[in-house]
Amino acid sequence: MPSTTTASEVEAATLIASKREREERREREERMGVKVYGMPMSTNTVRVLAALNEKGVEFELVIVDLRTGAHKQPDFLARNPFGQIPVLEDGDVVLFESRGINRYIATKYAEAGPDLLLSGGTLAERAAVDLWLEVESQQFGPPIAALVYEALIKPMLGGATDAAVVEAQAAKLEKVLDVYEARLAQSKYLAGAEFTLADLNHIPYTNYLMKTPKASLVTSRPHLLAWWQDVSSRAAWKKTAAGIPF
Amino acid sequence: MAVKVYGPAISTATVRVLLCLEEMGAQYELVPIDYSTGEHKSPPHLARNPFGQVPAFEDGDLMLFESRAISRYVLRKYKSSGPDLLREGSLEESAMVDLWLEVEAQQYDKAISAIYIEIAIKPVYFGGVPDEKVVAESVEKLGKVLDVYEARLSKSKYLAGDFLSFADLSHIPYTHHIVASPHASLFESRPHVKAWWESLASRPAYKKVTAGTPTSK
Repeated sequence: MPSTTTASEVEAATLIASKREREERREREERMGVKVYGMPMSTNTVRVLAALNEKGVEFELVIVDLRTGAHKQPDFLARNPFGQIPVLEDGDVVLFESRGINRYIATKYAEAGPDLLLSGGTLAERAAVDLWLEVESQQFGPPIAALVYEALIKPMLGGATDAAVVEAQAAKLEKVLDVYEARLAQSKYLAGAEFTLADLNHIPYTNYLMKTPKASLVTSRPHLLAWWQDVSSRAAWKKTAAGIPF
Repeated sequence: MAVKVYGPAISTATVRVLLCLEEMGAQYELVPIDYSTGEHKSPPHLARNPFGQVPAFEDGDLMLFESRAISRYVLRKYKSSGPDLLREGSLEESAMVDLWLEVEAQQYDKAISAIYIEIAIKPVYFGGVPDEKVVAESVEKLGKVLDVYEARLSKSKYLAGDFLSFADLSHIPYTHHIVASPHASLFESRPHVKAWWESLASRPAYKKVTAGTPTSK
């Protein structure tokens, strides 16, 4: 007997099933909620919390205490094989690398809060966001992370700040910040007229820099300072900063 | 109108952009930038890239720099004429592409570029000698990263899933040099990593862009 189901009926049934799967997955994600595994003083964890707060997304922060080596335990390595925080869990989705997580948050919740990736914009506008995201990752991130570690984190862990390292990293960061000063003289935010993920990804480390004597790197550059005062006065950032224990 | 890429053909970051243009079958002009004369720090080039680095990119009035940002632009602009390498139509797939792109930038690149600088850049461009301690530390670091890749690639054909993506291509520029170096065993000794690399290296875009690119021996 020939089959009574045609190829197009099978295709239609498959499309309906995958649409239903997606709906079920969304429902599961909403029920389970978003979890972030990290520590409240970790800049990379804060980077993700800042994005969630901009989008008004409720989340649970699950502490992974680096001081006890929790990040090297098998249950954590199953989530991030590189053994680093943060990790984001959203239903079945498990992500690591804070900058990648933030792209996911900006995309999933594009309709809520600011359009952090300018997903509704032109190719040129979206490229400007990607450009300054890469500048943060490649140019700004390495020297500021090394400087903040030496000046702020090391003493907290019982070590002694090496002033020569601070000076060397500050010298590198100064050259980078000259480029930012020139950019922000032409543009209110890094990617253009609107606040985007490119600005947000800079906030956690800059926040820590401002607690060191090297805050002068920002305060001595008028447009950079104005930008910092603007982005750090956002309600979502104030909420995020309130959760940082120092 | 053809887009322009400014940079030397041997620059790893320039190669990243050229690979994307070739994969998408885009017309482009490569405008060489001469490091030996300090052209990358000259005012005309600083106007294109204020960090004085390569590549820079021009599409009409649009000027861009940072190879990974340029690449995303290229892959979106020419989306209809090549493979879907960003997967922006799927939240879950694009999340995996973005994750492995970040792994490339944060974990892989830092270790492998340090090896390349010691064994290829220093001797050839600065008449220097490789710092064997730095090489050994970087090789060990890269080995640990590649252990994670080996586990990942034993579960999926490519990094982001069973589909090729920009996350895989972004690894090509430095890997091309290291597999031709005495440290090739890092890749040869890991069967899934080895198969993944051979798959990438068999692509016509790879062969075209790296033809005539000197590799360190």
